[in-house]
Amino acid sequence: MKIFGVRLPGMSSLILWGLLWELVGRTGFSFFLPPLSEVIATLYEIIGTAAFQKALFETAYAFLAGVFFAVVIGIPVGILMGKSRLIDELLLPWVNIFLSAPLTALVPVLMVLFGFGMKAIVITTTLFAIWIIILNARAGVQGINRSLVEMARSFGARPWDAFTKVYFWAALPEILGGVRIGVIRAVKGVIIGQLLISIVGFGALFELYSANFLMAHFWAVLIVLFALAFTLAEFLAWLERKVAYYAAAR
Amino acid sequence: MAMPQTDLSLVETAGAAPQMAVRVRGVSKTYGSVEALRNLSLDFPRGQLTSLLGPSGCGKTTLLKIIAGLLEPTAGEVEVNGHPVTGPGPDRAFVFQDFALLPWATVLRNVAFGLELRGVARSEREAIAEKYIAKVGLSGFEKSYPHELSGGMRQRVGLARALAVDAEVLLMDEPFSAVDEQTRRKFQEDLLELVAQERKTFIFVTHSIEEAVYVSDQIAILLPRPSRVSEIIRPEGLRTKDVANIRRDSEYLDIVDRIWASLRSYVE
Repeated sequence: MKIFGVRLPGMSSLILWGLLWELVGRTGFSFFLPPLSEVIATLYEIIGTAAFQKALFETAYAFLAGVFFAVVIGIPVGILMGKSRLIDELLLPWVNIFLSAPLTALVPVLMVLFGFGMKAIVITTTLFAIWIIILNARAGVQGINRSLVEMARSFGARPWDAFTKVYFWAALPEILGGVRIGVIRAVKGVIIGQLLISIVGFGALFELYSANFLMAHFWAVLIVLFALAFTLAEFLAWLERKVAYYAAAR
Repeated sequence: MAMPQTDLSLVETAGAAPQMAVRVRGVSKTYGSVEALRNLSLDFPRGQLTSLLGPSGCGKTTLLKIIAGLLEPTAGEVEVNGHPVTGPGPDRAFVFQDFALLPWATVLRNVAFGLELRGVARSEREAIAEKYIAKVGLSGFEKSYPHELSGGMRQRVGLARALAVDAEVLLMDEPFSAVDEQTRRKFQEDLLELVAQERKTFIFVTHSIEEAVYVSDQIAILLPRPSRVSEIIRPEGLRTKDVANIRRDSEYLDIVDRIWASLRSYVE
């Protein structure tokens, strides 16, 4: 965006919104909203504490493990669904149901099945992320240009070569798009898991701070979480743009 | 329709068998209830360029893909050098209408890709690819990616890839239809030179009458619903003339007119 001929860097508007937050906070409008400067000061204060770092570690661990399983299971399943009519017919209804289902309602069932520990949280995270990854990998494989498939066949590609040298790469833009959205959903999954299943990680901090009306602490943790999720999503979007020219060429 | 099926059989008996690189025998193809090809027979002389010409929907691309082994005929058979076709094989190479290049690979890897799939060692296949990149006039673009090239240059990559595997038969599916008119004319001139140099058998699908007459040794005119060969024309006189003068040659113009006269009733 340009203002008075000066080119503003991306997301300059955040400064404006930050200022607004500061002003509203200073009017003492609500205990719920302390000034931004106070939140940032609190952030500095708690970021080095053992409690915060333990929460960060627990959340990161559950998140990464959940995303790992979603990717490692989701991409091959999606590719298989895209290539095999039978597997597609069998699995597609379930994938669509789980994609649109309010998964939060399933969390109590997961607690019964997998206990109150880390395992249930990781599974919740995976369940939030995996469906869109499957669907996108499937769409990517189905969208491969027919003549690329024919090209591989006519030059004598064996199935494994066709898969590793052509199909995977041709579907990569959609696969990455699915992973990006899956990662964003995994953030929801991990926090919901930590709030509902066992009060650990950032979930525990949210619970603790809001129950004790420590609003500056609450906002500080929220800012950290939002920033982490946003950075991750932006990184994946950047990766996606790097391979976007594939899509144009198909 | 001056030369119907009876003359076709004359051509078959006149040409001695070993001179035919590809023979199509009574091929039919149906998709469900739609009959795309019915009992089609056609011979392709070795070292010559044969065009399959006809209005859209006449099954010319279907026939080409059956010869390539990408589609199976419902009945009949195709022979390449006397061997029946059961699937794609190293004796045939395909040039695609939409180029079918790997967008994530450089020109060098794309041209070498057919050899890569055959397990040729990297240094060897890249040396061969470089030779053919030079041959199609793309030297200096080895490290470029397809999206950095114009449509005409991309098709040169597709052509180089097909030449690099050194197949005896080159199957070209409307290869110049996605490039602009000037590039197309240059391609046609280059193709004539290539046919003369390479001693390969070219099978060329086109819907352009002028293009077919300009580049072909033999033109098979296909008529639709269901597809059959209605006529075979051999513009032999043109092949000895200077390429620069073909387009104003009276024989060229006569043949173009004659083909149009037989096709016009099939164009909606």
